Amino acid sequence: MDVVYALVTVSLLAALAFAGGEIAPLRPLFGVILPGVALVTFLLGLTYRVTLWARSPVPFRIPTTSGQQKSLPWIKAGWLESPSTTPGVLARMALEVCLFRSLFRNTKAELRDGPRLVFGESKFLWLAALAFHWSLLVIFLRHLRFFMEPVPAFVNLLAAADGFFQIGAPVLYVTDVIIVVALGYLLLRRLRDAQVRYISLFADYLALFLLLGLVVSGIFMRYFTRIDTAAVKQLAMGLVTFSPVIPQEVGPLLFVHLLLVSALATFFPFSKLMHMGGVFLSPTRNLANTNRMQRHVNPWDAPVKVHTYEEWEDEFRDKIGAAGLPLDKA
Amino acid sequence: MAEQTPRPETLVQIDYRPPRKDWRDARVEFRKGVFCYSAAPKNLEYLGLPNPRKWQPYDQNWKLPPNWKEVILEGMRERLEKFRSFRLFMDICVRCGACADKCHFYIGSGDPKNMPVLRAELIRSVYRRYFTMAGRLFPTLAGARDLTEDVLKEWFYYFYQCTECRRCSVFCPYGIDTAEVTMIARELLNLVGCNINWVLEPVANCYRTGNHLGVQPHGFKDSIDFAVDELAEITGIRVEAPINKKGAEVLFVVPSADYFGTPHYFTLLGYLLLFHVVGLDYTFSAFASEGGNFGLFTSHEMIKRLNAKIYTEARRLGVKWIMGGECGHMWRVLHQYMDTMNGPADFLEVPVSPVTGTRFEHARSTRMIHICEFTADLIHHGKLALDPNRNAHWSVTFHDSCNPSRAMGLLEEPRFILRHVCPKFYEMPENTIREQTFCCGSGSGLGTDENLEMRLRGGFPRANAVRYVRDRFGVNLVACICAIDKATLPPLLEYWVPGVDVAGVHELLGNALIMKGERARSTDLRGQPFQSKEALAHA
Repeated sequence: MDVVYALVTVSLLAALAFAGGEIAPLRPLFGVILPGVALVTFLLGLTYRVTLWARSPVPFRIPTTSGQQKSLPWIKAGWLESPSTTPGVLARMALEVCLFRSLFRNTKAELRDGPRLVFGESKFLWLAALAFHWSLLVIFLRHLRFFMEPVPAFVNLLAAADGFFQIGAPVLYVTDVIIVVALGYLLLRRLRDAQVRYISLFADYLALFLLLGLVVSGIFMRYFTRIDTAAVKQLAMGLVTFSPVIPQEVGPLLFVHLLLVSALATFFPFSKLMHMGGVFLSPTRNLANTNRMQRHVNPWDAPVKVHTYEEWEDEFRDKIGAAGLPLDKA
Repeated sequence: MAEQTPRPETLVQIDYRPPRKDWRDARVEFRKGVFCYSAAPKNLEYLGLPNPRKWQPYDQNWKLPPNWKEVILEGMRERLEKFRSFRLFMDICVRCGACADKCHFYIGSGDPKNMPVLRAELIRSVYRRYFTMAGRLFPTLAGARDLTEDVLKEWFYYFYQCTECRRCSVFCPYGIDTAEVTMIARELLNLVGCNINWVLEPVANCYRTGNHLGVQPHGFKDSIDFAVDELAEITGIRVEAPINKKGAEVLFVVPSADYFGTPHYFTLLGYLLLFHVVGLDYTFSAFASEGGNFGLFTSHEMIKRLNAKIYTEARRLGVKWIMGGECGHMWRVLHQYMDTMNGPADFLEVPVSPVTGTRFEHARSTRMIHICEFTADLIHHGKLALDPNRNAHWSVTFHDSCNPSRAMGLLEEPRFILRHVCPKFYEMPENTIREQTFCCGSGSGLGTDENLEMRLRGGFPRANAVRYVRDRFGVNLVACICAIDKATLPPLLEYWVPGVDVAGVHELLGNALIMKGERARSTDLRGQPFQSKEALAHA
């Protein structure tokens, strides 16, 4: 049912924006006010959550070691998987953040007759996740052309690279195709894999549908309804220069696009999407395996009740003596 | 094997289809064979832990304190503030499910709540309900649940059905570590007296006598003396095994099973021979007579309470540095917690091998090394005379124990030793060794007989990999460096892979060790005859 609720929620949002964009007095609400509120919520929420994590203590050094420790000089240490240096940790984190290395390890366990447990390759989740995230980043950066004047060279370069195949007019961006396929895969996997469906929540579907709605409305505007990009730029520049204008030329699809991105931005700090910030802070990944080399200090360390040697000796005095073991107090 | 335990062909009929009921329905059935009995009140009383009482998980009434809910929620609040790991792991899971089939309990049971993601959701749902805005406003949509007695019982069931092995955390794109979640969940359960005896009895024993088994000083001395006598019989050499000797260079700490359990005991024999051969000036301690630490399965506070004796004793005896024996979770504590909790060890020296002069720089702060590091260094420098053919009756594979592999990275040292002391050594498949190793299914205090069915289920992936090398290479021995493995792999393998034994790495070293003045040995440390020269030549 959660998937239906999420789909209905996103459809309602889209319909609302589509209709609202046609009603003149409501255009400032959808074109300026809601995006503004969403942006502020996003920034404040993100900052709050990341600060909260960053300020929480890390009492113990608990890296998950996935390679050989640095011990004896003639044993080759896993500098990346069991890093003992800062460059090693940075490299491990970079691979994790940029290439999803842990997810790359994914396998599928299958129980066959025998019984025989076999582990098969399972890279599609990794591939789809990677394709989605990188496409999203490229698309996000491409959008800077609406918010900056003059358009920075790297944005133009990126757009040119993205449109390398020069199919159609306007030129087809490869990332537009990839992101639809990747999101489609992630959604289908969530629905078709019995285990993943079992654990999926409304919020999981909501994020996917918001992103899909966002992407689809964008694609429609670019390739089918051929929105007036100059007008879009006028609106976007107005937003970032705090002198909002809503040109007549922008159609209702843009309001759909804007409301969905606003919803996503508002939802972001309250949801699992915060993994974007959290991935950097995970103590099993971002700490070096230097546990026995350097002492790690626990900021809230406090004395505990222990059984002292003296108490122990007192309790077992006769037995220690009878066994001929030395006593501190004879 | 208990009578009600199903046969392997029945047990392996695993249905991976999730049940129809929503996972948020918390009710669980405490069926015989898949849970552990409650902790005896005397153990809680001795340790000063809350709510000691007589109860069992299958009782309707768990006799919780009247304010149990506030206690748990306040406990959660406190831990969210104290552990970044806990807060982060509550917040950032995207439920991608990559961890699902990485858990040995999920593979062996098919119960979706044994998928690490869902195990954590059991507590995450409560976190969302009481500690997040989305969960407070829209509990159903946000996947939030009220904390009810059923939820608490469900926590007990599933957080004592996780061995804190950390395999899932290797595969998680955010490094979410279920061991960390389980540790916190067990701390919370302990706040209202919901704990198991297989953990709390060793903890109470350890607190009082110094070791899990409750062996008192004279018993400890007897065990060590017995081992010395036995070695004299096997090798003709009487080794020295000092206890509580002040001024020794090295304090040697072992898991207590090494001097009280089988096959652990043969590993102890191996240690003693090794130290004799290299003339190590060391001492055991009857007070620090346990390296293992079931505090790890209770609470962070309890880890510290039990671990304190190691540095205390090193200081009292005036040793220079400390060495630890073969044990898995013990080494998680020694490697990742001891220095922080009970250090700094500035009264000790950086460990230096008196035989090779090697300075163990990697232990320069904690000042404690693993015996496999010590031995590998000796072999590398050619300080040991070894005859691997004395282990020719064994075809050996190595089982990486969870903690030395995923919380320490001790992967090569034991293998290096094994390759030098065993003529036949074969690795299990790649997905089941090193950082991807599978748990024995009985770690973290779950190795009790009333829990046998769940142990056999959890140990199935490990046993399955052993079966592969048995059938393919004729492997008949699993070597390992963990006391819990040595105790629980034998019944596991007997059930799934009959004909495969279990041994410590230093037992095999002890077999291979050539000593000056030894009588011609005809049997290994177990008293089994070596393969004859003729048979060897024939092979």
